[in-house]
Amino acid sequence: MEKTIKKFWPVFVIPTFAAFCIGFIWPFLQGLYLSFCRFTTINKATWTGVQNYLFTFTDSSFLHAFWFTALFTIVSTVCINLAAFAIALALTRNIKGTNIFRSVFFMPNLIGGIVLGYIWNILLNCVLTLLGKPLLSLHAPYGFIGLVILMCWQQIGYMMIIYIAGIQSIPTDYLEAARIDGASERQILWKIKIPNVMPSITICLFLSLTNGFKLFDQNLALTGGDPSHSTEMLALNIYNTFYARSGPQWKGYGQAKAVLFCILVIVISLVQLRATRSKEVQQ
Amino acid sequence: MEKARKSRDRVISCILAVLSVAWIYPVFMILANSFKQERSITTGGAFQLPTAETFAGFDNFREALTSQGFLTAFWYSLVITVMSVVLILVCCSMCAWFITRVKAWYSKALYFLFVLSMVVPFQMVMFTLSSTADRLKLSNPYTICIIYLGFGAGLAVFMFCGFVKSIPIEVEEASMIDGCNPIQTFFHVVLPILKPTLISVGILETMWLWNDYLLPYLVLDRTKGYMTIPILIQYFRGSYGKVSMGPMMASIMLNLIPIIIVYIFCQKHIIKGVAAGAVKG
Repeated sequence: MEKTIKKFWPVFVIPTFAAFCIGFIWPFLQGLYLSFCRFTTINKATWTGVQNYLFTFTDSSFLHAFWFTALFTIVSTVCINLAAFAIALALTRNIKGTNIFRSVFFMPNLIGGIVLGYIWNILLNCVLTLLGKPLLSLHAPYGFIGLVILMCWQQIGYMMIIYIAGIQSIPTDYLEAARIDGASERQILWKIKIPNVMPSITICLFLSLTNGFKLFDQNLALTGGDPSHSTEMLALNIYNTFYARSGPQWKGYGQAKAVLFCILVIVISLVQLRATRSKEVQQ
Repeated sequence: MEKARKSRDRVISCILAVLSVAWIYPVFMILANSFKQERSITTGGAFQLPTAETFAGFDNFREALTSQGFLTAFWYSLVITVMSVVLILVCCSMCAWFITRVKAWYSKALYFLFVLSMVVPFQMVMFTLSSTADRLKLSNPYTICIIYLGFGAGLAVFMFCGFVKSIPIEVEEASMIDGCNPIQTFFHVVLPILKPTLISVGILETMWLWNDYLLPYLVLDRTKGYMTIPILIQYFRGSYGKVSMGPMMASIMLNLIPIIIVYIFCQKHIIKGVAAGAVKG
């Protein structure tokens, strides 16, 4: 059977593969090449070696963006996962209105980053005005807290769904056996529920880490990097290096930053997947 | 014991109820503001409900619908989302079936590349992708779906592969023995079995496509007036001079209404789709 299928490869693979080349492989390779060049358009590129990378390491705005992003990702990952897991535990107790609560918490995921950022910009600025504090775009710590709140509001629902699916897939005999043996609720949580939802924890950590690092829309719409680039995250910093600066050298720098960013995201996801996969138990 | 549990459940219900009000409030706030008159929408007064004096009726909505290019953007968003999702579902399921059933080095290589493309951030390819699209004349709303097929293929192929593996191969063998060629087998046997997965993947891709901002912003040729709703909303804000807040709020609301309607009708599928996507992810 495999042989007959093989003969039909043009029908099955070519459409996706051609589009994949246009949409991913070719731009990716070209991007790698251009990170070693000085260019303004793709045709006018001159090879400059590792100069772009050397600049990147001395660019204070990029380093600032890196630390800002790292801090943001850690804080938001912790908040999101703790809250999502707590809500998932509450929603698997068979209390009244579970479905409504679940739908409400998931709702923000359907709204796009730009719109979300704008909604929260209005809301948080209103709160800050009423408290007599500086606006979001004037005080960096508020921008940071605002981003964390926004991310939590959006992502908790999504992670909650994954945790609920994980908790519900725990065989009920485990829980019953533990109860008969006299385990307390806390013991059931730590000794049975958490080890058995480890696969969900892996996924949720993976998603919230990569989402945090790649965050762009929300950052652009909520603070836009203000005040003076201090709430700029990596993705926005790269975007601004590309499109907000004039001069022949900036696009090369931007591309080099993008390559480093890409490597960073890949390394972080691999490390995280390996670290949590090893803690999973087989059912 | 039972009583203690019940009272604790009640406490949890109350906490959840308070939380869900907090979860809905931001959307409600935009709704309230979209009915206010232009001059009464202020930074510090966003929490106030419209009063008899500040109530503007549907003026803001009328203005948003008529003057700001909203309907064009809405149409383009719809075209892009529908065409891309259909294309992704058909092409990626075919590709995924092929690379799961044909065990060869190139299947593995392709699978690896698709997984890689899921992790790579868009900033890595944004400049080169937009110039490639420009050169291949893919920068209008009717052809951008090819770009989306390429960039969105990773997640779709990955999920389809996971599900194809669980289909018993005997079913396909039986249909081949009965004289179907692989194309017939795929469309008459495999695709119907994949239907739940098609829905899940379709939902995940729709959520992404409808809200995507940067890709269409960079790829679409804005000199010809091609815009999607997220671009339009960002454009309003960054626009020069005074931002007209009333129509702005109304356009956000008009953007949210179709999403909320779809969500109310398909929420079971959406929530199942997300859970299924995560299990295979």
